[in-house]
Amino acid sequence: MYPFTYSRATNVADAVRDKAGHKASAYVGGGTNLIDLMKMNVEQPAHLVNVAKLPLSKIEDLPDGGLRLGATATNSDTAWNEAVKKRYPLLNQAILAGASPQLRNAATNGGNLMQRTRCYYFYDVATPCNKREPGSGCSAIGGYNRIHAILGASETCIATHPSDMCVALAALAPTVRVSGPNGERTIAFEDFHRLPADQPEFDNTLAEGELITSLDLPEKGFAKHFAYLKLRDRHSYAFALVSVAVGLEMDGDTITDARLALGGVAHKPWRDKAAEALLKGQPATAETFGRVAAHVVANAVGQGSNDFKIELARRAIVRALKQAAEGKQEAGDMYLGGQ
Amino acid sequence: MTQTNHIGKAPNRVDGPLKVAGAAHYSGEFNVPNLAYGYVVSSPITKGKILKVYADEVRALPGVLEVFSHENVPYLAWFDKSYKDQIAPGGSPFRPLHAPDITFNQQPVALVVADTFELARYAAALLRIDYEQQAHETNLETKRTEGYAPGKGKTGFQPPPPPRGKPDKALENATHSIEAEYAHGAQHHNPMELFATTVEWRGNGQITAYDKTQGVYNVQNYLMGVFGLGKNDVRVVNQFMGGGFGSGLRPQYSVFMAVLAALELKRSVRVTLTRQQMFSIGHRPNTLQLLKMGTNPDGTLAALQHHALHETSQFEDYTENVVNWSGMLYKCENVKLGYELAKLDIYSPQDMRAPGAASGNVGLEVAMDEMAYAAGLDPLEFRLRNYAERDQNVDKPFSSKKLRECYRQAAAKFGWENRTQAPRSMRANGKLVGMGMGGGVWDASQQKSAAKALISADGKLTVRSATGENGTGTYTIMTQIAAETLGLPLKAVTFELGDTDQPEAPIQGGSWTAASVGTAVKNACDALGEKILKLAQKPADSPLMGAKYEEVEFVNGQLRLRLDHAQAVVLRDVLQASGKSQLEADSSAMPNMVKQNGYSLHSHNVAFAEVEVDEDLGTIKVTRVVSAVAAGRILNQKTARSQVLGSVVWGLGMALMEETVMDHKFGRYMNHNFAEYHIPVNADIPHIDVIFVHEDDDIVNPLGVKGIGEVGMLGVTAAIANAVFHATGKRVRDLPIMLDKLL
Amino acid sequence: MSQPITSAPASGGLPTPVPTGPVRLTINGETRTLQLAPWTSLLDALREYAGLTGTKKGCDHGQCGACTVLVNGRRINSCLTLAVMHEDDDITTIEGLGTPENLSLLQQAFVDHDAFQCGYCTPGQICSAQGLLNEGRAHSEAEIKELMSGNLCRCGAYVGILDAVKEVVDKQ
Repeated sequence: MYPFTYSRATNVADAVRDKAGHKASAYVGGGTNLIDLMKMNVEQPAHLVNVAKLPLSKIEDLPDGGLRLGATATNSDTAWNEAVKKRYPLLNQAILAGASPQLRNAATNGGNLMQRTRCYYFYDVATPCNKREPGSGCSAIGGYNRIHAILGASETCIATHPSDMCVALAALAPTVRVSGPNGERTIAFEDFHRLPADQPEFDNTLAEGELITSLDLPEKGFAKHFAYLKLRDRHSYAFALVSVAVGLEMDGDTITDARLALGGVAHKPWRDKAAEALLKGQPATAETFGRVAAHVVANAVGQGSNDFKIELARRAIVRALKQAAEGKQEAGDMYLGGQ
Repeated sequence: MTQTNHIGKAPNRVDGPLKVAGAAHYSGEFNVPNLAYGYVVSSPITKGKILKVYADEVRALPGVLEVFSHENVPYLAWFDKSYKDQIAPGGSPFRPLHAPDITFNQQPVALVVADTFELARYAAALLRIDYEQQAHETNLETKRTEGYAPGKGKTGFQPPPPPRGKPDKALENATHSIEAEYAHGAQHHNPMELFATTVEWRGNGQITAYDKTQGVYNVQNYLMGVFGLGKNDVRVVNQFMGGGFGSGLRPQYSVFMAVLAALELKRSVRVTLTRQQMFSIGHRPNTLQLLKMGTNPDGTLAALQHHALHETSQFEDYTENVVNWSGMLYKCENVKLGYELAKLDIYSPQDMRAPGAASGNVGLEVAMDEMAYAAGLDPLEFRLRNYAERDQNVDKPFSSKKLRECYRQAAAKFGWENRTQAPRSMRANGKLVGMGMGGGVWDASQQKSAAKALISADGKLTVRSATGENGTGTYTIMTQIAAETLGLPLKAVTFELGDTDQPEAPIQGGSWTAASVGTAVKNACDALGEKILKLAQKPADSPLMGAKYEEVEFVNGQLRLRLDHAQAVVLRDVLQASGKSQLEADSSAMPNMVKQNGYSLHSHNVAFAEVEVDEDLGTIKVTRVVSAVAAGRILNQKTARSQVLGSVVWGLGMALMEETVMDHKFGRYMNHNFAEYHIPVNADIPHIDVIFVHEDDDIVNPLGVKGIGEVGMLGVTAAIANAVFHATGKRVRDLPIMLDKLL
Repeated sequence: MSQPITSAPASGGLPTPVPTGPVRLTINGETRTLQLAPWTSLLDALREYAGLTGTKKGCDHGQCGACTVLVNGRRINSCLTLAVMHEDDDITTIEGLGTPENLSLLQQAFVDHDAFQCGYCTPGQICSAQGLLNEGRAHSEAEIKELMSGNLCRCGAYVGILDAVKEVVDKQ
């Protein structure tokens, strides 16, 4: 870990100003990813602005029927919030499928969006990595890539975004509110994370110095027909190989609206709007699900050790759609998908 | 031993309160004054040479005390033998910071010492080193035809016995036969405690090393040899070890580094490895096994052939007993066993829980399942038809073997009779259900050990032996043995361990601690008992006058005649009357070779496992396991059960998730952390039943114990793999069985 | 083949360490001031500066749970947070839950069920279990297992851990 100076902000304006006043500075919330990366010498901020105690931890109703998730609310508080459980159970399940109770107690909502890939090579400074050191090469291509991308990857990077929460968010499509040196703005969730293309060093579209202040969920929560399905190498406390978030609205057996997003397969939470369109107006049958799943993975590319993810994703989509259509999953105090 | 006040019962761990309160001190937790911190720098390359270490750049940082590398290490021992520890395999042991040559990835190349941990870590990250990189080979697949039979190797290694019968011809003539290859990758011990050494500088070149090790004497001898220290210059202490599983059998480079720095800086130093560096200190080797089997019309084994090839380093012939068990577990007249090593640019593998057996057992027990199916037999029935009454490897009877009873009790508990033989024939909860079994065999051995017993005038007994406590329950069972021998309550007995100031005990491995140290403890207590008897017989009116030691017994703080309980003296009275403040006795124990010579000494087990498989997604859930173990006498039902429960968890991990994956392009393990090297979590673990089948065995040792730390892991991995086959009809022969292998 | 490479430090001058300053921490009800630099984790502050070695370092990367402590009654990994971030917090470590002579209910249940072997993950398991009790969300065995899965145990004492936690959950 490299040395850094530290300050604690008490309001957003101070935080933004403090960060702008220090070269190579970073915001720290829960710290569960950033401090880890600093210990690995992957991140080397010279100054940390602690934003964990900013007054952004509320979860409150929005006038349009939506729900505002404060950026510094912890993942735990968000998952167990009664409004989240009742109106956005998909989010509840996705959050509780991730990490561990301890990590969820520290990790913040804003931080969850900001977490970086778990690519082995990104984490290990002894190996080349374009994301960590642009131009040095991608070791995962042609290397060990079990946890790597099958969709939207580039020749410079095949890393995946590791979040569970963000997969549900991709399906729920909130607006990300940010504050920065140039004031406030909003970013649609689908535009927040980016694909690697030829600049894998950028995970997202935040401008320099911008701080996430809230996630504003729209009213539609798919509370009746939803599913979060996570597949991993052990039954808990492991990152997803593939995860699927589904939200459906149904009229009898007919799907009237649909959301479908995947985790563990791309540089960003992978929402497939074309697949959603394919679902609309269709009967909730195995045939429909199979067709849609095939569409999602139609352009998927394996990298060797992750080839299986293409078939796994296809099957997981079918299963998650079926579960959502059946409407049997309940929000709870934990995700027991592995049990 | 006729009394059972303590032995065989289930008392709580005597060290339990310290552990649950965070009051047990592990090696990295001795906060001695004026402590400096060392941080190890690891090589990013796999093979080559260090050209230059830019040490001056980081030495200039205020608070950095020194940078040690091969460029400035003082003159140390020259001959290999000085670096060889008690279980060093053949070859030349790795010498840290000895030469510019890089022979494996993550080789320690420098130690940065600073006033604080954080500064040492930072300075280590800054240290610039130029390397000349050379081509390396780390892939066992490239060495399939380059295997060689190792020489004698390390202590305990037995080359496979020569072939018996006509293994090729018998295989050719068999009614049914199978042939298959089984593989598993490297696995790492990963005890929860990081390797750490705190060296306390005592002045005048004298040090105390609090070191994470499974053998304090082994480390002391190593340090004496390498650094030219006298026995009184270096005391090694390890009172609690946060898990070993074999990783602490040999002195690790952490202790070398910490002692080097302390001696050079004349200051106390702590070195703690990182979790990533825990992947550079030895591992269960990547192993390939070829099994061939054939049966006679009656379902007996006609032929069995088992060949194994595993990796080792360029500098040592690491050996383990992989295939020998296959000549012993089942009756078969025609057997051929083969064992080879291949050299790669890796660090030497290291004994890891049930070394060799855990690997070979998977090959043997999955092949037995395949053979049973080929012969149309129930896997349990097939094993019963081939039950070995003698150890055919050495042509001797077993001193005791209640494996048949293990089969019977475990099968009944598990409900094996409800299993239908055909694969894919059982379903529940919308999932495929599979039931599988596997069994195993492990050595029951005893090593030379010594112990000292002291009793004070107030009747408190202290017993000491320099063995270890790494979770096995050593403190507790030794306390039980001592209390039992001298008829005292557990509370009146203190057992002390893990200190080279104590009588010597063997390294803690091989499941031999209970037998070895336990016997020494019993002998020391008996020796003390004889002294007490003599004291008791001093008064002219002693009720024990003329009694021999065999004729008296210690019960409830009294010494009395076995045949006339009224003739008794109170222990404390005897001691106080003698005017001595304490009485002590030393003793040691060796295996009784004369008694043992005609027998094969082994423990056995069987495990039954049930799995549910989601066929669409490939996910596997182990739903229950029953494990039965026949390991002589069980000293403590509670701690022994925990060892078997833990073994089942290990077997499950090996079956379903554990594998250290190397990127051969770099020659580097890439999942070198707990996030990506998966060990089971609580949610992975099903209900587990443990059954101990008691064996009376006075041949193995006077206590009748065989050791329990390793045998329980055998059979489990194969049982799960076989259950997955039974559920799905898919035979996965390369571990671990992760979901992609079932898609 | 011979390919020279250099291990890569930061380019430019070496950033010098940031000096220490007083950090006020309330640990097990006692407020104390430690001299710490910002880069000291809460875990290292406890173990190396406050002398409270009951909290364990198993991975230092939030991947094992051995360093679990309670901050304002909630369980977190002390390795992934900085000591300076907790000046207003109430920190409870294993030493604050009970002593060898006066064990807490959970600690006694761990002893009775032999819910550990080597003992190294144990303080983290117990702090985690205390956090689980404080949360009050786990009732069934499956729920307890899931919510205790942030704590690895290499000895494999999970069956005993489940039994111990279940005993105390059921008593509440």
